[in-house]
Amino acid sequence: MMDTEVDRELLEKIADLIGKPVGAFNIRKDTGCDGRQSTDHIKITGKDDKPGIDIRVLPGTKGETCHIPVIITKPGISEMVYNDFYIGEDSDVDIVAGCGIHNCGSETSRHDGIHTFYVGKNSRVHYSEKHYGEGDGTGGRIMNPQTIVYLEEGASIQMDTTQIRGIDSTKRYTKIVCGPGAEAVITERLLTHGDQVAESDMEIVLDGNDSKGRVISRSVAQGSSSQIFRPLVVGNARCFGHVQCDSIIMGTATIRSVPEIAANSTEAQLIHEAAIGKIAGDQLLKLQTLGLTEEEAEDRILKGFLA
Amino acid sequence: MLELKGIGYTVREADGELGILNDISLTIDDHRLVVFTGPNGGGKTTLAKIIMGLVKPTSGRILWNGQDITDLGITERAKLGISYGFQQPPRFKGLTVRSLLTIASGDGKLSKDRCCQYLTKVGLCANDYLDREVDVSLSGGEVKRIEIASILARGSELMIFDEPEAGIDLWSFARLTETFEQIHAEGRATMIIISHQERIISLADEVVVVGDGEIRHRGSAQEILPKILADTTSICPVLTKGGVSK
Ligand SMILES: Nc1ncnc2c1ncn2[C@@H]1O[C@H](COP(=O)(O)OP(=O)(O)OP(=O)(O)O)[C@@H](O)[C@H]1O
Ligand SMILES: [Mg+2]
Repeated sequence: MMDTEVDRELLEKIADLIGKPVGAFNIRKDTGCDGRQSTDHIKITGKDDKPGIDIRVLPGTKGETCHIPVIITKPGISEMVYNDFYIGEDSDVDIVAGCGIHNCGSETSRHDGIHTFYVGKNSRVHYSEKHYGEGDGTGGRIMNPQTIVYLEEGASIQMDTTQIRGIDSTKRYTKIVCGPGAEAVITERLLTHGDQVAESDMEIVLDGNDSKGRVISRSVAQGSSSQIFRPLVVGNARCFGHVQCDSIIMGTATIRSVPEIAANSTEAQLIHEAAIGKIAGDQLLKLQTLGLTEEEAEDRILKGFLA
Repeated sequence: MLELKGIGYTVREADGELGILNDISLTIDDHRLVVFTGPNGGGKTTLAKIIMGLVKPTSGRILWNGQDITDLGITERAKLGISYGFQQPPRFKGLTVRSLLTIASGDGKLSKDRCCQYLTKVGLCANDYLDREVDVSLSGGEVKRIEIASILARGSELMIFDEPEAGIDLWSFARLTETFEQIHAEGRATMIIISHQERIISLADEVVVVGDGEIRHRGSAQEILPKILADTTSICPVLTKGGVSK
């Protein structure tokens, strides 16, 4: 496990993992299983009928973390993985996913994943997912993650997704269905450069009374990359939804931001905000007056924006 | 020592050239506190930006400690010890007050204590602000005071403050004037303060009145203050002539 420098680096980048993880984990490497550990409260089992794993969190599990990173180190791999999460009632867990691709060949490496969460009553899940690509090959690095979440009454998920550099093409789909009193918060951070393309579709369905949904998306498009965002919040009950998309555009990049809110109940209260702009000139100037070069100032502003 | 020699600034407009500054020459000795004052639109901010390198003059030279810095960029001037607190400070999404002060100080490990000291000097309660972002959630007066704190943190040899009093409440204003007095008394820096406030003008070793892109008067606060008060009645030719602008 984690036997090469490349493995170690990728794992650190995507899952902040240094050494063997504490608690439950499953490391998927080049389509195989490179290590797995269940705990008393979190059981991980492989699927028989298709690639992927089932993760069962027993009711009442509190304060545990589960790491499920995926790394691809060989060119030419293309995989479709199904991971299902069953989170028992009254739990509070952190799940750290993420995918790192190191491609130094000429063939494309591609990871498609479908993650489905069933979150039981009054449970809280913090799900973070980092995507990262590296390697000097000409082969493409592609990731298409789908995340589907069902929140039962009073359940909540905080989903943080980050993709900073390195992924040539990504098509992301996220759907969260909220039951009564459930709450979904998605924060998305994305930086594309070169001629990368990124597409993100999101749908938060507020089905139950007093459910809440919030999307906070911040992105930077550099070079000639392009990005499309389509966050949608649907209010079917007495609920509150807020979508906030903010993008910085640079070079010859293009960004489309198409937030949508849809109310099917007079009690739904939905808001969307979207903004695209370049780095404000006076921000750059101000940091230069504090002794930073123009490049340093730009880096600092982007770093803060995507933090 | 800062020397401005025949500074001029004109901009091209659709119907010809517009003169903004005309032949400004001025020498400011080390550790002096000089106040620039004068009517709105007179050219004070433009002059300050020319010193910082934010605006390139169309004529004239700028010397700092004997070195001609006219052709140097902003960053280089900052590194040579020049700083400028903006009249309208920009806001940053995602940059905390603490990071801004850290960047300003040039000390990557600036301690929390030091940050707090700078904020206290501008009348801000440090604990409430350190981790806040310098974004639109801050009020005008708050952003303005954080801007001034960033100049204090920078601790440059030359500090230029552009209307530091603007939008600031009476309590913080009192704290701020004490801070200026203290820096001045300790002889730590040369200060140029652009201000319309009698209280700040009275701190000055020298007052420079800038109007219509020129230096109208120079002198001590005692000399200049009465002149300014006398001027207020004759400052707008349109108003005094007919009361209606054409
Ligand atoms: N780039 C520019 N293009 C056109 N006009 C300009 C430009 N920069 C400055 N001006 C004009 O030059 C004049 C001086 O502006 P400046 O901001 O220096 O005045 P100020 O003395 O700082 O005024 P205030 O007291 O209102 O801050 C103003 O009339 C302003 O409109
Ligand atoms: Mg001004």
